[in-house]
Formats: sequence, C-alpha cells, structure tokens
Amino acid sequence: MIPHVKAAGYALKGLLFVVMTWILWAAFLWARPAENFVGESSRIVFFHVPMAWIATLAFLLAAIHSGLYLKRRRVEHDEAAAGAARLGLVFCALATITGSIFARVMWNSYWNWDPRETSIVLLLLVYGAYLGLRGAIEEPERRATLAAAYALIAFATVPFLVFAVPRMYASLHPDTVLNARGKVEMSSDIRTVFFLSLAAHTALFFWVYRLDRIVSRLVREHAARLDQEATV
Amino acid sequence: MPSVEREVRASLLDAALAVFLKDVKTEWRTRVATSALFLFAFAVLVLVGYAVGPTTLSRGDRPPVHSVLLWIVLFFSAMTGLSRVFVREEEVGTAVALRLKSAPAAVLLGKLLANLALLTLVTAFVVPLFLAMMSFEIQGVGLFLWVLLLGNAGLASASTFVAAIVSKGTAKGTMFAVLATPLLLPPLVAAVSATQVAAVEPGLAAGADFLKLLLAYDGVVTTAAFLLFDAVWRE
Repeated sequence: MIPHVKAAGYALKGLLFVVMTWILWAAFLWARPAENFVGESSRIVFFHVPMAWIATLAFLLAAIHSGLYLKRRRVEHDEAAAGAARLGLVFCALATITGSIFARVMWNSYWNWDPRETSIVLLLLVYGAYLGLRGAIEEPERRATLAAAYALIAFATVPFLVFAVPRMYASLHPDTVLNARGKVEMSSDIRTVFFLSLAAHTALFFWVYRLDRIVSRLVREHAARLDQEATV
Repeated sequence: MPSVEREVRASLLDAALAVFLKDVKTEWRTRVATSALFLFAFAVLVLVGYAVGPTTLSRGDRPPVHSVLLWIVLFFSAMTGLSRVFVREEEVGTAVALRLKSAPAAVLLGKLLANLALLTLVTAFVVPLFLAMMSFEIQGVGLFLWVLLLGNAGLASASTFVAAIVSKGTAKGTMFAVLATPLLLPPLVAAVSATQVAAVEPGLAAGADFLKLLLAYDGVVTTAAFLLFDAVWRE
C-alpha cells in the first residue's frame, strides 16, 4: 500500500482510540444525568442509541448490497451484504440488551413489549433468518441470489413494524433523537458526548466492517487457490 | 391501449390462471397441503378449545386472548401447508418444465392465487368453529371480515414468495417458518389488534388505521415479491 495512505490509516485509528476513551470517561463522569430520568439511567443513551442506529445502518447496507448483487452478480456485493448482516446482528443484540437494562431501571421490568422493543426483536429475527438461510444453502451463487432476495423483501416489510406500529400504540420509549417537534432537546454537555459517541461508534463499525470484507476476500482467494492446486 | 400490450397482458392472466388450475388439480389428486392445513387447524382448535374454553375466561379477557389464539391457528396452519406450491415442483422435478412453459410473473400469480384459495378455505372452516367453540362474540362483523381478507392476503403473499426461496435450499420445512415469521410479524400484530377492536366495537371506523396498515403491507409485499421473483425463480 502507498505509505502515506497507511500513515493516514494509523492516524485515524489513533484518533478513534483517543475519542473513544474520552467518550467512555465523559459518558460516565463528565455529562450530567438528564432530567426526568431515574438516577443515572440516562447515561445509557450514549451507548444504546449508537447501537440501535448501527443495527439499522447495517440492515440498510445489507439491503443495498443485496440489490447491487442481483443487478451486477458480483461476489463482492454478496460478501458485503453478509458481513453487514453479521455485524448488524451483533449491534442489534447489544441495542436490545442495553435497552432492556434501561427498561429495568426506568420502568422496573426488563421487558414489557413496548412497540420499540417489539421492533428491535423483529430486526433480530430478520438478521437471524437471513443468516440461517445462508447456512441452509451450499452452492455459493444460489445462496447469494436467494439471500439477496430475502434481504430485500425483509427490507420492504420491516418498516411497517419499526415506523408504523410505534406510532399507532402508546410507547413508553423516550423521544427518539429527532422528536415529533423536529428538534434535538438535550443539554449541551449531553449533546456533545452523544453526537461524538454516535460518530465514533459509526467509525468503529465501518472499520470492523472493512476488516470483515478483507477477511472474506482472503478466504475466497485462498479457497480458489486450493481449488486450482487440486486440479493441477 | 396498443393491441400488442393488451395481448401480452391477457396472455399473462391466462397463463396465471392455467398455473392456478394446474395447482388446484394436482393438489386435488393428493390433497397433501389441504389435509395438512385442515388437520393442523382442527387439532389446534381442539387443544385451544379444551384448554381455554368459554368458561375459563372472564368476559373482559376474552377479546385479547381469543383474537391472538385465532391468528395463531391461522398463522401456523399457513406455515404447515403453504410452502407446498413450490416445494412440490422442486421435489417432483417439474420446476424446469414450468420455467420453460410460463413467464415468471404468471407462475407467481398462479401460485399466489392457489395459496390464497387454500387459506380462504381453511379460514372459512376455522373461524365459524372457533367462534362457536370459544363463545367468541364479534360486534364489528364488517371490520372482522375485512381483517380476515386483508390478513390472509398478506399471509398468502409473503408465504408464497418465501416458499419459492426455501424450495431451492435444504431443510425446506424448517426454513419456511424461520423465514416467513419475521416477514409476517407486522401484519399479524395489526390483524390481532384489529380483531380485538372488532370484538368489542361495531362499525369499521374504530379499526380503520389497522386496515390501512394491512392494505399497505399487502401492496408493498406483493409488489416486492413480483419484482424479486424473477431472480429467485431462475436460480
């Protein structure tokens, strides 16, 4: 790789390390707890919301790459979709767990089928089903096509539960970042930590995502080389 | 309308109808899917009726419990039989011939109609029995019928498409339920809520939001299925 690109990569990772460390400190020790929340429970917003945001972002990425795969039939898009789903599942599970902890502190119950809780479970199920489908098909091209078709139809149906149903039932969930009044209502210290955390977690996601895609490529190339050696 | 386009459209409908009739005929010969659906529905009805009969629940508890039980019966009956339309083609090896003979859209439309017919038949069997066995009274009959119609349309659309996917892989039966459940959760949640409303409120207005949601879901999932079916069917 070109030396200055490599140096820029190191610099970015260093910066991410510093920012993440600052966020961990600031989230627990610097930002004041928000009003109207039990005790210190509002601090989980610095981690829960980035997890939920990345779980959604990864789903979007998986759907985009699935669409591109069906259009261009390039194996890279299939790998990108699968990688996004694998990472998305991890972040979705983390969002579910952090949300559940918050619910216990705030509403005195780990789980109460709030519409938002229901929609994150749906996302978990979709990720699980998608990865399960990939496991059930041996032949790579067939697996790629069918998984892509499933990801896209799931992408068309998930919004019904994530966006429509929470608006039809009363929800205990605190306002999402952009609330119905279209404004961000946070005190300045919380806002600083929150948006930095959102950015840093997104950067973390894309870094791990890039590593995942490199690993997938290496595995594929290795398998191809083994095939070639076997035939020679 | 140009005559060529009219011809293509007419031939698509004809082809879809041919696929539908073929499916009805082959299904009638063995009745695998039909008996699976009916036997499953009946067994669950007996179990539910025995465990949660009319006397065990207070009047106020009936609408929520009965609504969800009714949709559980319909949903799981659908999961036992609706994958048959595509799985049979792959198992018997007739999928290749069908691929040569008919346009993909006609195949999907024909199979979708076949599944919808089957599901309607089961619903017509389950619902009166369920209402009678559970002493489940419905105030808003119009709303209830709309919910059944739109809910079944959503069930049939999503299941038919998922059936096409699973018929190409391994562990078809298991994968069918695994893949279909997440897709069907939104309409089922809406259908259960709307059935609760229909149990206590006369008139359509109280459940209009749910009907809109169901209608939108049916439209989106059917459109997406037709757009994506080409790729799945050719695989």
